[in-house]
Amino acid sequence: MLELSGITAGYGHFTALWDVSLRVAEGEAVAVVGPNGAGKTTLLRVISGLIAPRTGRITFEGAEVAGHPAYDIVAHGVAHVPEGRRLFPGLTVADNLKMGAFLPSARGHYRESLERVYTLFPVLAERQDQRAGSMSGGEQQMLALGRAIMSRPKIILLDEPSLGLAPVMVLRVFDLIRRVREEGYTILVVEQNVRQVLKLVDRAYLLEVGRIKMEGRADQLAEQDFVRKAYLGV
Amino acid sequence: MIDPIFLVEAAINGILLGGVLALLALGLNLIFGVLDIVWIAYVDLVMLCMYAIYFLNAVYGWPIWAAGVASLGVGTLLGVGVHLLIISPILTSAPINQLLATGGLLFFLQSFATFLWTTDHKTVRLSLPSYEVAGIFLPATRIIPFAISILAVIVLYLFLTRTYIGTAIRAVSQDRDAMALMGANPQRVYIVTSAVGGAMAGLAGALLIIQYSVHPFFGAQFGPLTFMVCVLGGLGNMVGAFIASFIMSEIIAIGGVVISTEMGYVIAFVVFIIMMFVRPGGILARRQ
Repeated sequence: MLELSGITAGYGHFTALWDVSLRVAEGEAVAVVGPNGAGKTTLLRVISGLIAPRTGRITFEGAEVAGHPAYDIVAHGVAHVPEGRRLFPGLTVADNLKMGAFLPSARGHYRESLERVYTLFPVLAERQDQRAGSMSGGEQQMLALGRAIMSRPKIILLDEPSLGLAPVMVLRVFDLIRRVREEGYTILVVEQNVRQVLKLVDRAYLLEVGRIKMEGRADQLAEQDFVRKAYLGV
Repeated sequence: MIDPIFLVEAAINGILLGGVLALLALGLNLIFGVLDIVWIAYVDLVMLCMYAIYFLNAVYGWPIWAAGVASLGVGTLLGVGVHLLIISPILTSAPINQLLATGGLLFFLQSFATFLWTTDHKTVRLSLPSYEVAGIFLPATRIIPFAISILAVIVLYLFLTRTYIGTAIRAVSQDRDAMALMGANPQRVYIVTSAVGGAMAGLAGALLIIQYSVHPFFGAQFGPLTFMVCVLGGLGNMVGAFIASFIMSEIIAIGGVVISTEMGYVIAFVVFIIMMFVRPGGILARRQ
């Protein structure tokens, strides 16, 4: 479904990704794990078009999308939940969800998408008139996921969904993602919380200083000595 | 001692002036909120629209309402034109360059208008009735612009809260990149915003020419006041700008009757300066 080959990207003179290749099949949940500064966020920003890669190819469902602007890539069915959620803080929950359905193709299904999101996250239905900025971190993550679903995506990119949340909320957020997953969405998630995310996904890539260092099935990766020592602390 | 009836009349005049002022301030503020650029020459676009109405009405004999509608179109085109020709190329430049560019446009438009149409004051002749209610004098040349302004503000409110593109305009002003991730082409949102801001300038022009004559320096008459209202309300804050319009117009109107017209403006500017010390973020900003 999504395939990256030989992606090199960065900001100015700084190169954050070196020759990165990865693929996500339809219906799969894939994680990219790695330490802070490994290039995980850059990876997602390249896929969703917020920055253009210097070299390499990105194909989504067979179509070349590398270098396309973000508003065009989302129309292909790629929803990006960015780092820090990036909600519209001054807008209500309902308006945030409405903006999720901004794409002409999504507007026609606004009602049914909204119902779907409210069934998945009933709290959002109760809070629909509240300003997004006044909600708790966990609720905001819920809204960010809901807003992504409103665009009727084929794949959802999640950037550090557990970042900045209290430990108890971290578990809840992974539970939310599991619920989204069970709805049948294809997911590509980048996370620092390796232990939790490996329980959630089918496959994972290990990214270190801009390069893919390892890849494999999540359970196998979790058993590698290297990963256990460096990321799982056992 | 001033007859209380004059104070009441001044207060009503203040409200009536506030309506049109609100239209100007909301137009400028809308553009600032989304693009983060102050169109210093905003009221000079209003001036061009007023000339358009003057020529259509007084020279070509169009009915005033048709000239007013045409002014909306002229304003919309000017708004889009200013965005594409001046703002778009410098969108990522340093703020000082953006200020200089829109400031340069102001001098260009003033000189251009002087060159083409001389500094003569041009007036649209309208015979509208005046009403007297309980000894208070209410001219239709003020009531009609006020009513249309309020109507336009309501339409703007509905546009910004009920439509996808209107909500997107508010969303872009909060997070540009996030709105791109929702599938909105930022450039398109900017053009729509500039078009709406321009249309508001066109409408304001139509409402102002009923009460004032137009000349190349009309922008200097209302520009600083409009800018002050925006800052007082909190730049980009639409509700704040709406309230601030009426505060300023009341001070000017009542100060004008109690002391003198000039002093009305002086008091308004002094209040503005004091407010900048007390509430630098605007009247509705939360205290730090």
